[in-house]
Amino acid sequence: MADIKNTKTEKASFFSKPAVQSITASVLCIVIGLFLGYIALLLINPAGATEAIITIIKNFFTYPSKPAALKYFGNTLVKVAPLLMCALSIQFCYQAGLFNIGAAGQYVAGAGASLFCALKLGLPWYVCLLAALIAGGVFGTCVGLLKAFLNVNEVISGIMLNWIGLYIVNMLLSGVKEASSPNTLTLASTNPSAIMPSMGLEKFFSNNKYVTIAIPLAILVAILIKVVLSMTVFGYEIKATGIAKDAAKYSGMKEKRNIVLTLFIGGALAGVGAAFLFLSGYEQWSVAQASVPGMGFNGIAAAFLGGLDPIGTIFASYFIQHITSGGSYIDMNVYPSQISDLIFAIIIYLCGFVLFFKHFMNSRIRAKKNNAEGGNK
Amino acid sequence: MVLLLTYTLLFASVLILVALGGCFSEHSGVINLGLEGIMVMGALGGALTLKYINPGLPALVIVLAVVVVSVVTGVIYATLLGFACINLKADQTLVGTALNMLSAAVATVIVKAINIAENPDNVSSGVQYVNSKKALIVKIGNFEFNWFMLIAFLALICSYIVLYKTKFGLRLMACGEHPQAADSVGINVYKMRWAGVLISGMLAGIGGIVYITSGVSEWKFENGVAGFGFLALAVMIFGQWKPVNIGLAALLFGFFRALSNVYSGFDFLTALNIPSSVYNMMPYVISLIVLAFTSSNSRAPKAEGIPYDKGSR
Repeated sequence: MADIKNTKTEKASFFSKPAVQSITASVLCIVIGLFLGYIALLLINPAGATEAIITIIKNFFTYPSKPAALKYFGNTLVKVAPLLMCALSIQFCYQAGLFNIGAAGQYVAGAGASLFCALKLGLPWYVCLLAALIAGGVFGTCVGLLKAFLNVNEVISGIMLNWIGLYIVNMLLSGVKEASSPNTLTLASTNPSAIMPSMGLEKFFSNNKYVTIAIPLAILVAILIKVVLSMTVFGYEIKATGIAKDAAKYSGMKEKRNIVLTLFIGGALAGVGAAFLFLSGYEQWSVAQASVPGMGFNGIAAAFLGGLDPIGTIFASYFIQHITSGGSYIDMNVYPSQISDLIFAIIIYLCGFVLFFKHFMNSRIRAKKNNAEGGNK
Repeated sequence: MVLLLTYTLLFASVLILVALGGCFSEHSGVINLGLEGIMVMGALGGALTLKYINPGLPALVIVLAVVVVSVVTGVIYATLLGFACINLKADQTLVGTALNMLSAAVATVIVKAINIAENPDNVSSGVQYVNSKKALIVKIGNFEFNWFMLIAFLALICSYIVLYKTKFGLRLMACGEHPQAADSVGINVYKMRWAGVLISGMLAGIGGIVYITSGVSEWKFENGVAGFGFLALAVMIFGQWKPVNIGLAALLFGFFRALSNVYSGFDFLTALNIPSSVYNMMPYVISLIVLAFTSSNSRAPKAEGIPYDKGSR
């Protein structure tokens, strides 16, 4: 801590920039999170702890050959796309002051709709994608309508819809599951036209067939969200509603319409995110799963770690997925793979302190300035 | 029929305990969305106690030990919420969510680590407590009376008395309605909010162990507590933040939750041939509907969710 203080006072002007502060805060959260994760590993079994935490951080670099590492880098990226979409959903809604914890359910709805269209109806991938968008959007809209017109807390209604969505999707997809397992049929065997095209991207990842245009699309969406939020009237209205709802209403913005629209977009983002994963053929949906998939919740971590900025969210999503994938390489007979969940749960908890941290930094800088000016105050 | 009654009372007990926890926290001005997480930690403490305790001990000792450990783990976990939301003025929604995720991860890691240490091939996240669980139950005819039902009932009465009939309770509620006014007459708002959060940790901790011992004798911690903490929040809102109403609301919700466990025992319900998912979904659907009707003119404490800052007006 002493080092940080020193550099701060030396470069006061540098550290007073909001972007620098956000990045510093996020890096600090990551470092503390990893450190506490390491301590947890030490407590479980001190002998292999150092090796385990290095494995988690290295992820696909643990493969000695370059093609293999590239292939598994591709696998990590395949899961970054949906995570990024969920994170964007949460980030976008948070701008309007809405905590979209329902992203997990909207993701489930998107997964259900896209797989149903792909497997049962045999539709091509772009239709499935659209179906996921609409399904996620409808779930988001439910939360939005309840919030705008009936004053229902969006967190509680979101959680309820998460579970409702899970049971509906399990019911819906039990018609298209494999006979011998609870997993849905594979896209490759049932309907190859539902797999998203790769446009030659797989060549960069040693022919990893799961790498599709979903990854660049997700990044494009992030940039689009950034543009909408910072350059359009709609984006401005959303932010105004988030900062002061009553003031926004007073100045003639339709705050109810904006809430519903924001949650529709948020839901659509999460829904499309699910389609990005399931239409790549990387994963099958298990109709026996009894808990809501963690993707939507991990999105919360990515959104806050990214400093609630769409571009920052890209990097944060990659980091979160990198750690998660890394967690699956540690020795399962010694350590639980949930260590990576533990690490970013700690990171989210620490993200709660970011505001306090920035406030602390700013007051330090101000105090330093006052001292330099002769300490009048 | 008796089975339906047993489960209704059991689930209602869980909801009463946890919703009362939320009630104390919110009356003091802190929204406790981490109830779910606190339940998991309380459940973890209780389940491990049940696992390691000697099943031959008198039932009363076992019940007490389980309750004490659950309370302690719940309270310790709630300090994380209190520290972030009261002292560091963090976003209460964010911290609550973080606690929920953290608890699932912590509980899974701990249980798996224990299982792996016992047997390297056992990578499940389950804790078994078949023998010692019997201590929690007293058979009265067909009806299985569970000691936790009594505890929930006592908690309900105590909460009513504490909130409305004691100086402490009235001060606590003042801090949730108008903390500045409370501060101006010499009430320490930070202390009161800490008290609210710790009491909620205590009650939610017991709620957690009641939930996981309700039906089964093994619990997989990967699943957390299936959104029960949030159902309890719905119960609390439906009950308008008042203990007696919370008790009644919990019975209603408990009934629908119990139905999903025992519907196959009723001929006319099995004849309808509705998939089990529909019954599982029921409590969540009902709570959405109930929330839609009760939230618009809610009697939520006015200052809940706003960190108290002495310097601001």
